[in-house]
Amino acid sequence: MFFRVGSLARNRSMWGRMTRMRAVRLAAAGGWAALLLTAACGPVQEKGPRFGNVVDSAAKTTVTLFPVAPPPFSDGIFPCSQCHGPTDKVNRTPHVVDFHSEIVLHHDEKNRWCLDCHDARNRDKLHLADGRLIDFTESYRLCGQCHGPTLRNWKAGEHGKRTGSWSGAKQYLLCASCHSPHSPHFKPLKPKAPPLRQEAIR
Amino acid sequence: MSFIRKTSNFVTGTARMAFLGGNKVYYAWLFLLVACIVQALFAYAHQYERGLISTNMRDSVSWGFYIGNFTFLVGVAAAAVLLVIPAYVYDWKPIKEVALFGEMLAVASIVMCLLFVLVDMGRPDRFWHILPGIGHMHMPSSIMAWDSIVLNVYLAINLIVASYLVYCAYHRIPYNKKIVVPLVIFSIPMAVSIHTVTAFLYNGMASRPYWNSAILAPRFIASAFCSGPALLLILFQILRKVSAFEIKDEAIHKVAELMAYAMGFNLFLFGAEIFREYYSNTHHLVHYEYLFSGLHGKASPIALYAWMSLAFAIISFLLFLIPRTRRMPLTMNIGCVLIYLSVYIEKGIALIIPGFTPDQLGQVYAYVPSMIELRVAAGVFGVGFLLFTLMVKVSVVILFERDDQPVHA
Amino acid sequence: MSDHTAAPLPVPAPPAEGYSRREALVMGLFALAAAATTAGCSAADKLAYEEFVQKHFRDLTPEEMKDRLAGLEKKYSEQYGKSVKVSATPPIPGVLFGYALDLSRCIGCRRCVYGCVEENNQSRNPQTHWITVLEMDKEEGVNLQNADAFYDHETVPAPGKFYMPVACQHCENPPCTKVCPVEATWKEKDGIVVIDYDWCIGCRCCIAACPYGARHFNWGKPVIPKDELNPVTEYLGNRPRQRGVVEKCSFCIQRVRKGLYPKCVEVCPVGARKFGNLLDPESEIRYIIENKRVYILKEELNTQPKFFYYYGL
Repeated sequence: MFFRVGSLARNRSMWGRMTRMRAVRLAAAGGWAALLLTAACGPVQEKGPRFGNVVDSAAKTTVTLFPVAPPPFSDGIFPCSQCHGPTDKVNRTPHVVDFHSEIVLHHDEKNRWCLDCHDARNRDKLHLADGRLIDFTESYRLCGQCHGPTLRNWKAGEHGKRTGSWSGAKQYLLCASCHSPHSPHFKPLKPKAPPLRQEAIR
Repeated sequence: MSFIRKTSNFVTGTARMAFLGGNKVYYAWLFLLVACIVQALFAYAHQYERGLISTNMRDSVSWGFYIGNFTFLVGVAAAAVLLVIPAYVYDWKPIKEVALFGEMLAVASIVMCLLFVLVDMGRPDRFWHILPGIGHMHMPSSIMAWDSIVLNVYLAINLIVASYLVYCAYHRIPYNKKIVVPLVIFSIPMAVSIHTVTAFLYNGMASRPYWNSAILAPRFIASAFCSGPALLLILFQILRKVSAFEIKDEAIHKVAELMAYAMGFNLFLFGAEIFREYYSNTHHLVHYEYLFSGLHGKASPIALYAWMSLAFAIISFLLFLIPRTRRMPLTMNIGCVLIYLSVYIEKGIALIIPGFTPDQLGQVYAYVPSMIELRVAAGVFGVGFLLFTLMVKVSVVILFERDDQPVHA
Repeated sequence: MSDHTAAPLPVPAPPAEGYSRREALVMGLFALAAAATTAGCSAADKLAYEEFVQKHFRDLTPEEMKDRLAGLEKKYSEQYGKSVKVSATPPIPGVLFGYALDLSRCIGCRRCVYGCVEENNQSRNPQTHWITVLEMDKEEGVNLQNADAFYDHETVPAPGKFYMPVACQHCENPPCTKVCPVEATWKEKDGIVVIDYDWCIGCRCCIAACPYGARHFNWGKPVIPKDELNPVTEYLGNRPRQRGVVEKCSFCIQRVRKGLYPKCVEVCPVGARKFGNLLDPESEIRYIIENKRVYILKEELNTQPKFFYYYGL
């Protein structure tokens, strides 16, 4: 699309050959692209679940960016490439590892293991089912592959907590901010004190 | 004499009649009432200073003893009309002589009602907010606003008629029928309206299924008509003994008969309510369960009183229905006391508390009045009884004891 | 009463002309009382007098409103030893607030209850909570007769139980505003049902009329520790209340009219609470109403609450 707009401006002889309808359509498409780019790069002013879109040129599709809180890394753990190099030998068969023993996988552990989400070669990224790499700041796309309806609700603001302004900018939380990806089930909380019985109010 | 002289003469004269010339029992009674009032003033001062937290009312049961008494006394005030209707509408002479006392009872009752509302308010200093003109009265949607209007109008009518009649009798001038009769006729629908509007206060609330029943307004009227005259019947018998007060037996028996029918109707309506709740057996039954037994394994503090009220109602109904027991003074008086107690419990306790228990979210708070509430209520009753006693004393002296020929009022 | 005229009897002689001693004494007492009430008025008395005669909130002119707010700010600042702000923010046009709460997510931790207490300056002693969290059986569903507001487990959620917090539902057809005899409570244009604490007479008709147990009365003098007071207050919302008046959830009117979420929405750790503008088709509240299974408490009473419970899972 950009290539065509660019070549349109440069090559005047092409202009003569195209019909007017096509030109109008192209101009509209170009305008849309410009608008979307501005929306993606400009300040995030959401009113509801509409957000800026960016082009994922590798897959030739658009994906939506959300203003999320930073990923809840443990201290000193990121970037993972401090320890894991891109050319390290990797055992791709699911097995118990010696390090990271504080992590207990309790998330469909019968069928899944670490490298189903963490990329084997680039440990600073996660990977989707088709192999595409994504940042930890977009981990919701990964969760959404299995938890599709939840992702849909999360984008709409129904699932999970959003802080900010009901009438303006909102801040999302990543899935991982509330649900530990290794053991996502909520731990029970201690409730705050019950109200006083009315007989006790003096 | 000019009007001002006549009035000041009337005031001083009746004051003398009220406070002088009584016997030991009379002064002991006055002293008891004044003592009630004085101790209530101290109790109310405590309540005014600390707030309504000194009562046992809380968010779950936000109306209690005060409003229960208010509801009962509105009924007593409305019952004055039971005596007035036959006297004026049917021109039945044996009752005419006692209509004045019914009106005075209405005045004393309404004064007690207004006092109970005042002591129940969280901000009595802001009572002027409800006055039309200087305040902001929320008409026409607030039934409480309507109630404040009709109660005061009814009070005004009865006060005007009663004081005018006594004033004319004092000065031995004939009263102007053109003033009295229309006001008296108007007081009949007013009496029905004060109790109907008070009933609407409760049954308009969809949030309280125990009250949200169309039958509540007729029940109120029926129980009012059977309880109010009971007080008067006892009073007349006392007055007959201690003063020159005259009343035909015929009149007393007729009033008792009307009370029987009113109580019969009241029991019928109560039975209709019981059938509806127990047969339909919805969640709303919990309120009746609290009233008659208890909830969640705990006995209800009001269950005993509820059963007592029902028993007294049936016994007094039979006593008044059977002509022999109605005419015999002992059984009639027992019936009067029982009927009064029965309706007092029914309107005061059995109406208010189960409406709030369990509350809107199913929580149970077992309310019983606190000592402060009992003391203040005793004082309010003291004020009402004192007013009534003084008015009755004055009327009896003027009408029956002053001349050689008693003037039939 | 019979209407025959009695025979005339000797009439008592009229008293002497001029004021009798008794009449003079009574007049003197009245004059003394009048003098006593007007003499010796201090500034505090004057403020108390002004508070006594102040008009209904909706009848105030803008200047009177400013004066009233300034007077209240002064009073609260002196009382609590910090600078308290009292505003009277008007409703935002084109806004109707709605609230949604996910019954499948609430774990009954009561953090909303206490967040609300702090934000809205509720009395600590006697204790006032605007939010009541009810614990019910999952097997039975919503049955208020078997609900428990006083549960106290080690951890929540307790097995087999679900939780329903209840506060003011801000009904479109509110039964409480209908019954108030002095119109001290009304529904604003943005849908919030508000109370003018200076007009309320404390008759508690509204508490009897509310089907949700949402309204609470100040039975005693409300007590807030000075250091816990939230100084950003709203006249119709979270300013410190007095004894003898009714109060309730105001959708955090001091926050939402400035575009913020209510405190309970922000404090909920599981994101069970949602809030927004019902008139905005893009809001999450509209998304919930249009796409989720919504439950309205006591719907048959036709109060039309703007508080929607729903099942998200």
